[in-house]
Amino acid sequence: MIRRFLEWIGRGVLRLLEDLGRFFQMLASTVVWTPRPPYDVAEVLRQMVRVGVNSIPLVMLTTLFTGMVLALQTYNGFARFNAQSLVGAVVSLSLMRELAPVLCALMVTGRVGSAMAAEIGSMRVTEQIDALEALATEPVHYLVVPRVIAATVMMPLLVVLGDVVGMYGGYFVAVQLLGSNPITYYDSSFQYVDLNDFTTGLIKAAVFGLIFSVVACMKGYYTEGGAEGVGRSTTQAVVAASLSILLADFFLTRLLF
Amino acid sequence: MSRAATPRAESATAQKLRVEDLHKSFSGRPVLDGVNLSVAAGESLVIVGPSGTGKSVLLKHLIGLIRPDSGRVFVDGQDLWTLDGVERIAVRKKFGMAFQEGALFDSMNVFDNVAFPLRRSGRSPSQVRARVEECLELVRLPDVATKRPSELSGGMRRRVGFARAIAHKPEILLFDEPNTGLDPIMTDVIAGVILEIRKQMQPTVVTITHHMPSALKIGDRLALLFGGHILYDASPEEFMRTDDPAVRQFVEGRAEGPLTVEA
Repeated sequence: MIRRFLEWIGRGVLRLLEDLGRFFQMLASTVVWTPRPPYDVAEVLRQMVRVGVNSIPLVMLTTLFTGMVLALQTYNGFARFNAQSLVGAVVSLSLMRELAPVLCALMVTGRVGSAMAAEIGSMRVTEQIDALEALATEPVHYLVVPRVIAATVMMPLLVVLGDVVGMYGGYFVAVQLLGSNPITYYDSSFQYVDLNDFTTGLIKAAVFGLIFSVVACMKGYYTEGGAEGVGRSTTQAVVAASLSILLADFFLTRLLF
Repeated sequence: MSRAATPRAESATAQKLRVEDLHKSFSGRPVLDGVNLSVAAGESLVIVGPSGTGKSVLLKHLIGLIRPDSGRVFVDGQDLWTLDGVERIAVRKKFGMAFQEGALFDSMNVFDNVAFPLRRSGRSPSQVRARVEECLELVRLPDVATKRPSELSGGMRRRVGFARAIAHKPEILLFDEPNTGLDPIMTDVIAGVILEIRKQMQPTVVTITHHMPSALKIGDRLALLFGGHILYDASPEEFMRTDDPAVRQFVEGRAEGPLTVEA
C-alpha cells in the first residue's frame, strides 16, 4: 500500500521532470531555429490571425465582464468607508497589472493552445511530422516557430485591447449603474496609474504567450498513441499551460514590481 | 570519430546506403538486433517480412528519422550520426520517402503538398507548377491537384505521397508499405507506378512490403527481415527457388514454421 503510494508519487515526479526537460528543450530549439531562413512570413501572419484576431471577441467579453464585476465589488466594499472615488483606480490598476494579462492568457490558452496541441499531435500520429523531416524540413522550424512568434507578439496586443475594454466595463457599472460622478471616476482611473503599470502587464502577456505556445507545441509534438493520445495531449497542454501561467505570474510579479 | 577513418571508404562510393550492425529497442524490447545491409546505387531492394518485425523502423533509420541505439548508417559513405543537425538535413535532401498512409499534410491541397519540397528549396512558381504537374502525371493522377487529402481514396493518397517524395528528384527513394490495405488491382497499379518511377528517374529504391507479387515485380533484390535480423538476402529468382525454411514459409504464407508471429 505504502509502496504503491510512493511509486505513484515517483512516477508523477518523473513525468513532471520529463515535461520540464522537454519544455526547455523545445524552447531552446525554437530560439535556435527562429533566426534561420527560410522565413515563412505568410505562416506567421496566418498564425497571428488565429491567435490574435480570432481571439478578439473572447478577450473583449472576458475583460468587459471582469471590469464590470470589479467595479461592482469594489464599489460595494469601498462605500462602507466612503472611498467610492477610488473605484476607478482599483479597476484600472488591477486590470492592467494582473487581471487582463492573466485572464486573457488563460482564455487564449483554452482557445488556441488546445488547437495547437491537437493539430501538431494529429500530425505526429499520422506521420506528417516524420514526412516533414523526410522532406528535409525541421518540424520545430516549420510548425513551432511561427506559432510561438504569433502568440508572443499577439498576446500583448490583446491585453492592450483588454485593458481598454475592461476599464470601459468598470466605468459603465460605476457611472451608469451605480451613479458615480463620471469626472471623478475618470480622474481616479488615471491618477494613480503610471506607464510602468501598463508596460509590466504587457511584458507579462508576452511571457504568457510564449509559455502557452511552447507548452502546447511541446505536448502536441510528443504525442503518442493515436486519436486517444491526441485527446490526452490536448487536455494536458491546457492544464500544464494554465498552471505554468499562474506560476509564472507570481514570479513575474515579484520580479517586475 | 572522423569520417575519413571510415573503413571500406573506397567501396562505399558504389554503395548508396549501408547499415552496419544496427540495434534499436523500444521500451526495453529489441526491434532491430544487429541488422547489416547495403544497397548499391540504382538498385531496388525490397525488404519483406511479417508485420511487426521492425521493417518500418529499419526504413526510418536509413533516412535518419530514428537514431540507432548502436550501429551505423552510411549514406554515400557518410555516417549519418557523426554529422550535425544541419548537415544531416542536407543529406536528407537526397531522399524521398513515401509513407504508409501517404502522410499528406491535411492543411494543404494536393498541389501544395507536392509543391512543398520545391517551394522550400526556393524554386520559381512556374518551375514549381511544371514539376508538380509532371509528378502527378507520373503517378497517374493528373486531375486531383485542387483536391484536399481527405477527399482522396487510400490508393490516391499514397500516389500523391509518391509524387511529393519524387518532386525534388531525389537520388534515393524509400517506400513504406506502399500497397498495404489496398485492393489487388490498386496494389498492382502502385507496383506499376514504382516501376515507372524507376525507369524515368533511375533512383536507388528501398521498398518495404509483405506482398510477394509486388516484391518480385519491383525488386532487384529481396531481403527477409525477421527477429531483428536479415535472415535471407538474394535475387528474386533465388528467393523463390531457395529451400531456406523461413523464406519458404513466408513465400507460401504458412502459419507453421520458423517465423513465429504473435497471434
